[in-house]
Amino acid sequence: MSGRDGFGQALHAEWTKLRTVRGWVFGLVAAALVIVLMGLFAAAASNFSCSGPDGKPCAGSTPPLGPGGEPVVDNFSFAHQAFTGDGSITARVTSLTAVSAADDQAPVEATQPWTKGGVIIKESTTPGSPYAALTLTGGHGVRLQHNFTGDIAGTLRATPSWLRLTRSGDTITGHESADGATWHLVGTVTLPGLPSTVRAGLFAASPHHEVVTESFASTSGMSYPTRATAEFDRIDLEGTWPDREWTGDDVGDLGGPVDRPEVGFEETGDGVTVRGSGNIAPVVAGRGGLGRTVEGRLVGAFAGLIAVIVVAATFMTSEYRRGLIRTSLAASPRRGRVLAAKSVVIAAVTFVTALAAALITTPLVRAVEVGKGFFEYPVPTATEVRVIVGTAALLAVAAVLSLAVGTVLRRSAGAVTVVIVAIVLPYILAIASVLPTGPSDWLLRVTPAAAFAVQQSLPEYAQVTADYSPADGYFPLSPLGGFAVLCGYTAVALGVAFSVLRRRDA
Amino acid sequence: MEATIEVSGLRKRYGPTVALDGMTFTVAPGKVTGFVGPNGAGKSTTMRVILGLDSVDEGHALVGGRHYRSLRHPLRQVGSLLDASALQPSRTGRNHLLWLAHSQGLGARRVDEVAERVGLTSAIRRKAGGYSLGMRQRLGIAAALLGDPPVLVLDEPVNGMDPEGIRWMRGFLRSLAAEGRAVLVSSHLMSELQDTADHVVIVGRGKVIADVGVAELIETASGERVTLRTTARTQAMTVLARAGATVAVTGTDTLTVTGLSGERVVALLGEDAVPFSEVSAHRASLEEAYMDLTRDAVEFNAAGDAR
Repeated sequence: MSGRDGFGQALHAEWTKLRTVRGWVFGLVAAALVIVLMGLFAAAASNFSCSGPDGKPCAGSTPPLGPGGEPVVDNFSFAHQAFTGDGSITARVTSLTAVSAADDQAPVEATQPWTKGGVIIKESTTPGSPYAALTLTGGHGVRLQHNFTGDIAGTLRATPSWLRLTRSGDTITGHESADGATWHLVGTVTLPGLPSTVRAGLFAASPHHEVVTESFASTSGMSYPTRATAEFDRIDLEGTWPDREWTGDDVGDLGGPVDRPEVGFEETGDGVTVRGSGNIAPVVAGRGGLGRTVEGRLVGAFAGLIAVIVVAATFMTSEYRRGLIRTSLAASPRRGRVLAAKSVVIAAVTFVTALAAALITTPLVRAVEVGKGFFEYPVPTATEVRVIVGTAALLAVAAVLSLAVGTVLRRSAGAVTVVIVAIVLPYILAIASVLPTGPSDWLLRVTPAAAFAVQQSLPEYAQVTADYSPADGYFPLSPLGGFAVLCGYTAVALGVAFSVLRRRDA
Repeated sequence: MEATIEVSGLRKRYGPTVALDGMTFTVAPGKVTGFVGPNGAGKSTTMRVILGLDSVDEGHALVGGRHYRSLRHPLRQVGSLLDASALQPSRTGRNHLLWLAHSQGLGARRVDEVAERVGLTSAIRRKAGGYSLGMRQRLGIAAALLGDPPVLVLDEPVNGMDPEGIRWMRGFLRSLAAEGRAVLVSSHLMSELQDTADHVVIVGRGKVIADVGVAELIETASGERVTLRTTARTQAMTVLARAGATVAVTGTDTLTVTGLSGERVVALLGEDAVPFSEVSAHRASLEEAYMDLTRDAVEFNAAGDAR
């Protein structure tokens, strides 16, 4: 009991110390303010203007949402028929290629890894509606994909590939075959609440070709559309297909020229050829993206962190500078307890301060962004809570790291420099496109800056080719893994601090 | 807790430098014990060892029979003042006392009590950075008194105080001892302890040179020295030397006589009709007694430094 009693008193003393030095209180208030103001400033300074043809709203500015609530790209060429009840669709893909489709250039061969051609069962032609598709791809073989985020790999990798989707209630099963005789199960997916009559048929899509060129302090991107041509034959429809003929649709048409000859389908002797651009996939945020993320609202966290680092380091080093450490240790001769009490106090105060700042900032910045017409990436509440609480926890643990380094070095300038170089500098180098993705990823794995992974709100998708770089908001480690790196550094620094504080003459 | 400090055989080296070389003494309750020695003699180091701040290579220091580091509420048992300037300048004096009080489970009321006791009430809500050295010393004393401890360890508490402050501090230390506390006060100036200390521990080069009551020390140092003023210098020297005294010439008409009391000197000179204008028995000041005692140590020091 006396131990806990004593620690309570040590905590009380350290809390009194912290709150009675105006500079530290101002420093923490400044940390909170800078988080709020940088977020607001960034939102206020950016402008979004986009208008579609004929005064229509700008296409793509508010992407459709998939069944899971995530923003999606749902843009493909679709030859379809009504399909009622249970049954199946089978087709053989005999050719899948893509060419560049820039308006002012002659087409060149440009098959993308995720150029798609296959069979699909979709609730309707409305973008974002539920679907299951079995498709051959340009570089990833046969895939069974559904509802934008589901992706199951098959085994076949080349044409010709036989593809079959079978519906039984809400369940869609995909089979593949190299010869049309021996069939292998690719996978089974469920589309909850799928209506009895759906649209089913053949599709083709091919995403933009993107090249990102990186060098020190500069990143340039080049991007052009591509158009897939998928040739099918041996088409076999089982079950109830009342239409008896194919209808063509450019699903999710971006509002470009209508009736383009190069997009659509044509019936050949015993088959169908479908040509189309686009993709059926979740949206990936990027530097050039029009959408705004939760973590983007907390862009000021790193600046608030600098203030926190200074306060936390000085909280300890000022005791050495003034000789006050002797008074502290005479009052609490169990030295580990003094360091522990200081750590708990600075961590708790920083956490509460940063949490309050983040809770104020996110809705304010969101309101500004929505007012300016930006698209807000919807994320699950749990993810938003993790980003906000994680940011506060990041600052709190970094404060303890700074305190521990201050204990070891006993000089505020040295301690502040070390911690800023360890956390803030790698973060800025990686985030601000100063370094290419490789070194940036490396920095965000091995330095305490890895903890900024707690801010990543959008997942990486294996089925979407994109530059998942820190500059785009994608961290190499998981949120928990990145946070663990910071905690590891802090634990080691605290261990060293405990040891030197105990051994050293005060 | 018993109000004592027991320092026993402390040895400490900083590389080749010997800071403590078998430092041993005890501090008794109800007395002001002066801890005197030249700068670098090991006073501050010894005090830091008593307070558990510095480690030693050998020996131990106990407060009330226990190691300081094992004390549960140390400031309720030992009050200390090591460096009055060890303050966060932007924190008020009151808040400085407040965090110390909180560390011992004491409240704000006790803070105001000690501030009043040291006469700092009017300035206690000002930033400590603006305090004069004298005010800082008072704040330091207030901090030492927070836990109403039976033992006090004060390093140079009158350093930088004005004469009025020094007078106050003397009376204050005496009153603390009168309350039964053991008070250890260091100084590098013996004169500062005159009229304050009951007992002195004189140290040099990391060990105790003398550990003695102040009355006894002055008596020893005064010895039987008589100053004689006479125009008949040669005659007086002959008469006194014959009686067994050692006589030294200390001026054109003054002699210092050792080995005879003042009364005996007057009687001998009267018998031989040697004229004299003044005979005075010498009473040593604490400072002189200290100088006598430390002369050897200091010379040894100088020789050591010259090396």
